[in-house]
Amino acid sequence: MGLLSLAIWTPIAFGVVLLALGRDDQAQAVRWIALVGAVVSLLVTLPLYTRFDLSTAAMQFVETTPWIERFNINYYLGIDGISVWFILLTAFINVIVVIAGWEVITRRVNQYMGAFLILSGLMIGVFCALDGMLFYVFFEATLIPMYLIIGIWGGPNKIYAAFKFFLYTLLGSLLMLIALIYLYNAAGGSFDLLTWHKLPLGQTAQTLLFFAFLAAFAVKVPMWPVHTWLPDAHVEAPTGGSVVLAAIALKLGAYGFLRFSLPIAPDAAHEWSGLMIGLSLAAVIYVGLVTMVQKDMKKLVAYSSVAHMGFVTLGFFIFNDLGVAGGIVQMISHGFVSAAMFLGIGVLYDRVHSREIAAYGGVVNTMPKFTAFAMLFIMANCGLPGTAGFVGEWMVILGAVKVNFWVGMAAASALIFGAAYSLWMFKRVYLGPVANDHVKHLKDINAREFLFLSLLAIAILYMGLYPKPFTDVMDVSVAELLKHVAMTKLN
Amino acid sequence: MIDNLSLIAVYPEIILLVMACVIALFDLSVTSRTRTATYVVTMLTLAVVAALQANFASAGQTVYAFGNMVVSDVMGNWLKCFATLAVMVTLVYGRHYAAERDMLRGGELFVLSLFSLLGMFVMISGNNFLVIYMGVELLTLSSYALVALRRDHVLSVEAGMKYFVLGALASGFLLYGMSMLYGATGTLNIQEAFAAIQSGQLKHQVLVFGLVFIVAGLAFKLGVVPFHMWIPDVYQGAPTAITLMIGGAPKLAAFAVMIRMLVEGLMPLSIDWQPMLMLLAIGSLAIGNLAAIAQTNIKRMLAFSTISHMGFVLIGMMSGAVSGHPEATANAYSSSMFYVVSYVLTTLASFGVILLLSRSGYESEEISDFAGLNQRSPLYAAIMAVCLFSLAGIPPMIGFYAKLAVLQALVASGGTLQLVLAVFAVMMSLIGAFYYLRVVKVMYFDAPAGSAELSAPFEVRAVLSLNGALLLILGIVPGGLMALCANAVVQMLGS
Repeated sequence: MGLLSLAIWTPIAFGVVLLALGRDDQAQAVRWIALVGAVVSLLVTLPLYTRFDLSTAAMQFVETTPWIERFNINYYLGIDGISVWFILLTAFINVIVVIAGWEVITRRVNQYMGAFLILSGLMIGVFCALDGMLFYVFFEATLIPMYLIIGIWGGPNKIYAAFKFFLYTLLGSLLMLIALIYLYNAAGGSFDLLTWHKLPLGQTAQTLLFFAFLAAFAVKVPMWPVHTWLPDAHVEAPTGGSVVLAAIALKLGAYGFLRFSLPIAPDAAHEWSGLMIGLSLAAVIYVGLVTMVQKDMKKLVAYSSVAHMGFVTLGFFIFNDLGVAGGIVQMISHGFVSAAMFLGIGVLYDRVHSREIAAYGGVVNTMPKFTAFAMLFIMANCGLPGTAGFVGEWMVILGAVKVNFWVGMAAASALIFGAAYSLWMFKRVYLGPVANDHVKHLKDINAREFLFLSLLAIAILYMGLYPKPFTDVMDVSVAELLKHVAMTKLN
Repeated sequence: MIDNLSLIAVYPEIILLVMACVIALFDLSVTSRTRTATYVVTMLTLAVVAALQANFASAGQTVYAFGNMVVSDVMGNWLKCFATLAVMVTLVYGRHYAAERDMLRGGELFVLSLFSLLGMFVMISGNNFLVIYMGVELLTLSSYALVALRRDHVLSVEAGMKYFVLGALASGFLLYGMSMLYGATGTLNIQEAFAAIQSGQLKHQVLVFGLVFIVAGLAFKLGVVPFHMWIPDVYQGAPTAITLMIGGAPKLAAFAVMIRMLVEGLMPLSIDWQPMLMLLAIGSLAIGNLAAIAQTNIKRMLAFSTISHMGFVLIGMMSGAVSGHPEATANAYSSSMFYVVSYVLTTLASFGVILLLSRSGYESEEISDFAGLNQRSPLYAAIMAVCLFSLAGIPPMIGFYAKLAVLQALVASGGTLQLVLAVFAVMMSLIGAFYYLRVVKVMYFDAPAGSAELSAPFEVRAVLSLNGALLLILGIVPGGLMALCANAVVQMLGS
């Protein structure tokens, strides 16, 4: 069994064991097994980084086995510089989520932990898959655990949110399914992604494929204006669900652009890049403004995720190495930062059971340690230099300025909105005098909460101060991708 | 001319017929309330028949018997094997349900099931229009009686009556169409009819006139729009065990009849019947999915969902004959076959859970009866969820690969129209996902409706768990079953 298979199936195997054997009267044992499973799953992904060959853009750790021979579908895995960090990120966030759900979840613990472990394995599968159908199976299968997580452990309006999440995402994916089948036929009976990258396609076909993929990935990212499912899903999901959704699930869509839209339909991507840049800027600016007026903390972070993901898609569609690499860095840093933001809200929610900004005020007086963490995360969220949030946004803005000054300018203005909504929320929730009795009786974070918050804080600072390990890995692959996208596939 | 070779080809049918008669007599001496002895003998018979069929199928030979009246080929033998297994599973799930509802006062359930299975066998192996018709009649006549088996139950008797009237009408259509074809071609044998039409010397008008009736009759039996009206009423009204009996295995036989008549017999008319099937498919996908949303009764919901799934089967059937692409033919029909087999497997498990939740004096028919099932029994809830996700076509359940295969055949078969139809089909399955998800929601997100103990005999639990697991396992490794279907169809087309 290869390393990638191990990375995918270890968490899934632990998850299945938990589903099969766990009982609520042995909740403590269930939690420990889940933690062991998550940590082991993280450990098995580490060699992917340490043994990664920086000098090549070719796929590494490749595994191929025929899977469904009738359709020439292969169990074909491999990673390059673009995907390697997402696998580690997924496994890392999974550990955090298990720790974060430790005491909070008391009902059906085994199903909660099992769902997250299985989900993490499936998402790693999405990042490794080099066969179109294998990708689709992993991509779609993630819906099932996420649907159940939102629906079972979610907030008051969870059912609406769960349905909206599922159906919205399914709508886009089904159009992608048709595109995959079309490509299979066009390629003479192959689902091999790398073959598709080389497949010559006419302009009309490319345009249709581009929009079919756009339907799937834009919903998942989510891009403006198909982002409306995200605030609902985030608000109603339990903390762990929000964390995984923001940190990893959104990246599946952005990753799809890099693996499918750009290399398979490069001419259409160039033709429609104006539209994509426009939508990205709308996300960055318009959604940035929308974020400012949110009264619900989770909603605020959800909208800010949409704005941040706008930077990612903006970076991809300006077609230079700074932009694309910046977009990928932004995806990774947003994985850490949004996870941290949602966990911070979770810490408050567990104590007060409210996400309203108005229900808080002066938290710093009763929870000084926690506020220190919160400040770091909020600074990272508005892209302060020295934190992870800065690197990606800065690279994308630089890249955009190279292409068109006004695009870069518009994107840069979003940093102001980011600072505005983040700092304003920080002021209203944490600073000032103690607002009410709830806040007065708050207890500061315990060792468990300290653990997962500090893990994220380290990651955020490390990435902000020394982003080289992150960018080094992707350089060659990004250059190769851009070279490929620059060539026309029209015949 | 009856020779030994002919007899060998119908071995399983002979065993089935003899045993059905023996069991009918033997049952007279059984007094047990649950008819355990009859049940055991029936199951043994079916197991032997299934094994024989699997054996025949693996031998891979095509044998024509009784002067070309019947054929024993790989596709037919696999379908017969699956149908036998489906009937076995149905009896396992349904026996206690039937016993609790006074349906086991005599052994009719078992005997009629065997006869209906025999009818399916004859349909599947028929190589002659009249033989196929006989099989259809044997199956449906047994089914009418089965539906009305609960004689003191108004709904059940009403459903039986409805089924009978509409079924008789459909049989009439079928027979009329056959007579037209007989008039035009001068033969009832399928290969001879094929050759006669292929020659191009027959009057096209007459042939198409007959074809319309045949397609309408088949559409009735399959239950596709606009010939679907009986499906919801019969599914709802029939005792649940019987619903499974008519909603499971017979779909396999109906598929075989479509292949035998339309493909093996009327392939030269495919340019006429393919658009007919397309219209039927579009209607079924739309009405089946839209009407299912409004249902609160789960049997009725699954009935409408059946209609939409048969629409998908038809999509595969209408993508076979593409000029210039002979390889598309096997691809399309095998995708339909895979769809039917996986659909039957899913139906068995979903009705199995419904049967399991029903108790003496209590029918678990409303969707709300599933409320909080996850808290009462995580296992059964998981099995039902796997069924529903499979029906909705979400990977990694087997239902996804069925849809994939059918859509691939559709897209491969042509140009823009087919692409648009494929988009339409996936949009309809998006609507389908909504109502399947609603049941998942009721099971997982709502508070439990009752606290009654969910108990089931060991055999039911074991078979149901295996059935549910198969949906997932075949979803993770679907290659084998797909290859089996492809191989069966290739052999059928080659002979």
